[in-house]
Amino acid sequence: MALQLRRKTHESVIYIDRDSAPRIMPFGEDFILEDLPIGTRVIYPNPPIKGLPNREAAIRYAVNNPIDAKPLYAQLEPGMKVTIAMDDISLPLPPMATPDVRQTMLEVVLDMCYANGVDDIHLIIANSLHRKMTEWEMKRMVGSTIHNAFYPDRYYNHDAEDDEGLVTVGHTHHKEPLRVNRRAMESDLLIYLNINLVPMDGGHKSVAVGLCDYESLRAHHEPQTIIDSDSYMYPPDSELNHKVHRLGKLVDENLNVFHIETALNNKMFGEGYDILTMNEDEFEFADRMKWEGLKRTFSKMPRKARRKMLHAIPAQYDVIACHAGETEKVHDKILEKNYQQYIVPIKGQCDILISGIPDISPYNVYSALNPLLVQVMALGYHHNMYKNKPLLKKGGVMIITHPCFDEFDHDFHPSYIEFFHRLLPESRDAFYLREKYEREFAENPAYIEMYRRGNAYHPAHPFFMWYWGENGRQHVGKVIVAGAENAHIPGILGWERADNLTEAIAMARSYMGRNSEISMLHQPVIALAEVTD
Amino acid sequence: MAKKSQAASFYDLEGTLVSTNLVHTLGFYARRQQGLFSTIKKSVSTVAKLPLFGVTDLYSRNVFNEFFFQSYKGESEDRLRYFAEELFESTLKPAIFDGTKDLIAKSKKLGHKQIVVTGALDFSVAPLAAYLEIDVFAANRLEFVNGYATGRLLPPVMASATKATWIREYAEENEINLSDSYAYSDSISDLPMLSIVGHPVAVSPDFRLKQTALQHDWAILDLT
Repeated sequence: MALQLRRKTHESVIYIDRDSAPRIMPFGEDFILEDLPIGTRVIYPNPPIKGLPNREAAIRYAVNNPIDAKPLYAQLEPGMKVTIAMDDISLPLPPMATPDVRQTMLEVVLDMCYANGVDDIHLIIANSLHRKMTEWEMKRMVGSTIHNAFYPDRYYNHDAEDDEGLVTVGHTHHKEPLRVNRRAMESDLLIYLNINLVPMDGGHKSVAVGLCDYESLRAHHEPQTIIDSDSYMYPPDSELNHKVHRLGKLVDENLNVFHIETALNNKMFGEGYDILTMNEDEFEFADRMKWEGLKRTFSKMPRKARRKMLHAIPAQYDVIACHAGETEKVHDKILEKNYQQYIVPIKGQCDILISGIPDISPYNVYSALNPLLVQVMALGYHHNMYKNKPLLKKGGVMIITHPCFDEFDHDFHPSYIEFFHRLLPESRDAFYLREKYEREFAENPAYIEMYRRGNAYHPAHPFFMWYWGENGRQHVGKVIVAGAENAHIPGILGWERADNLTEAIAMARSYMGRNSEISMLHQPVIALAEVTD
Repeated sequence: MAKKSQAASFYDLEGTLVSTNLVHTLGFYARRQQGLFSTIKKSVSTVAKLPLFGVTDLYSRNVFNEFFFQSYKGESEDRLRYFAEELFESTLKPAIFDGTKDLIAKSKKLGHKQIVVTGALDFSVAPLAAYLEIDVFAANRLEFVNGYATGRLLPPVMASATKATWIREYAEENEINLSDSYAYSDSISDLPMLSIVGHPVAVSPDFRLKQTALQHDWAILDLT
């Protein structure tokens, strides 16, 4: 009876009972069906907020009625130099069905620019130290008309290693340096087109991080900042956000920025794959058939084919809010909408947290989720999706499900390989790695040219990925990988392995006690657990 | 023993920093023979030998060298050196990959000594090395008797393992730390040279080198 009553705490929180269905969990590029112990608290994403009926009209309204700024049309003058910067392929996840919201924003903004006699326009992808987008990806993002008109001379990726193309803005009063894209800096107006998928995105991060160089980034992408962020998904408690905020102030003093931000709902999957985010207790016959069909199809496919298939499924996100104008005020409005969509109130922390690792992360779009990225998803993103206090108690056990294959993409993640196989066996201490090796990697001429001329992440990026998991690493007592196909990858990461989830739960209970409170994040999920006592 | 402090970047040249190869140089000189008849004869003969060059190179770089440099037999040293500057301006300079100068600049910024180790001929490499601000180059040298090429190379012949040997000896003599050094090449024939440094890099690699690079997780770079 007690369990039945507990079911009703929130529509996104379900407790496993004696008659509960098994749960679907991601397992890399596959999905598994697992029975969970009675009493396990399962956290689902909130139902998607209904999208705006006409997103183009919403964007047009936002730029004509901005917050704390003159309307965009009033800021445009014939002959002026305008740069339009936008988020890269790491947002949203997975890439959304076309037309991408950036395309819609661009269509509105470019129309307005042309109507006001502005022709000197450059479109820059604010990829920071992420990999540069391929031409195909760039075309998909903005549509063929805009692409054909601007690519490659006036539509390109930011290059954080192009000394000629960067210019120093200055230093914050905390001595944090900032060097940004020269074209953006020397423009009369910088318009930023943002997609705020999670609360960590957007705001001052867009320009101060998206268009900066390595030296600027390393001032805040470092272990202590991450440790001091509680969590980095809740900006008021994020030291990372505070540092970026200071840099943003510096940007505002030197650049005329007009920010356009959008919030999306969490409708990740459309018809056919919607079962992946549904409560399994409510499955109907058709849903069970969908699951059986998916499972059977996947069982006949090799991993790479499954990956290709998953990466070909576009997300069905809708725009739920759009605001424009002054960066901070716009961002505050968008964050409100993010919280409305994502916050799930949770009462009490847990001793054991179970989280499946799907093949979705900001850093592996169209490539493999390598072991370092598995780490960043587990101890970085999944651990940090909270407000107030972590979902898992300090010293608790985190169980993840992933094969942990030893596979890296040589084109996208070349420096990750060396980081993982050369450095991590020597030390997992983030401070030591930063001190001894970060600069060596950052200055590696071959890796730098792979970043500049190819589609590789910046050579220092694997370090940031390791730091990204640092507050999780400091907090979590033990990580167990259920279903890891080898022992050496979990070993290098300092984790334990189990053959399956049942064994992993038994191991976790042996550490945390038989009466451990167990919670499960029903992945893939974008939710912010607001944890109270 | 104290750690040797300086590192170096060792580059193969043709196919790595420039898109031309030995045949382009030979073709250039074939078109600049003394007299029209000699020019036509040499040009036709060079074109006719192309398949054989390809086959011998696939078989062994050393056999290729023995066969290939025979084509220079009888060429006057003066003539070869006289046209070297033109060879650079008309053929080699336009063939420099877009990313070559950036790569060298980033490498110099680290204080690395810039060294080209190539199977190309010294007189053709000199202007290119100067233009790219290369500190040292080791290239093949034709043997001349009475001012005319014999078609043989003076030892050591820079190819495959010889390049690695030269690098090792050079590193020993100049206190270069090979573990911190980089080597760049496009060809599997340079596997020995790539294998002796701490940071091997395959540049627009041929199929076999690409497979090797993937297997060993070496960086694979495209400078075009």
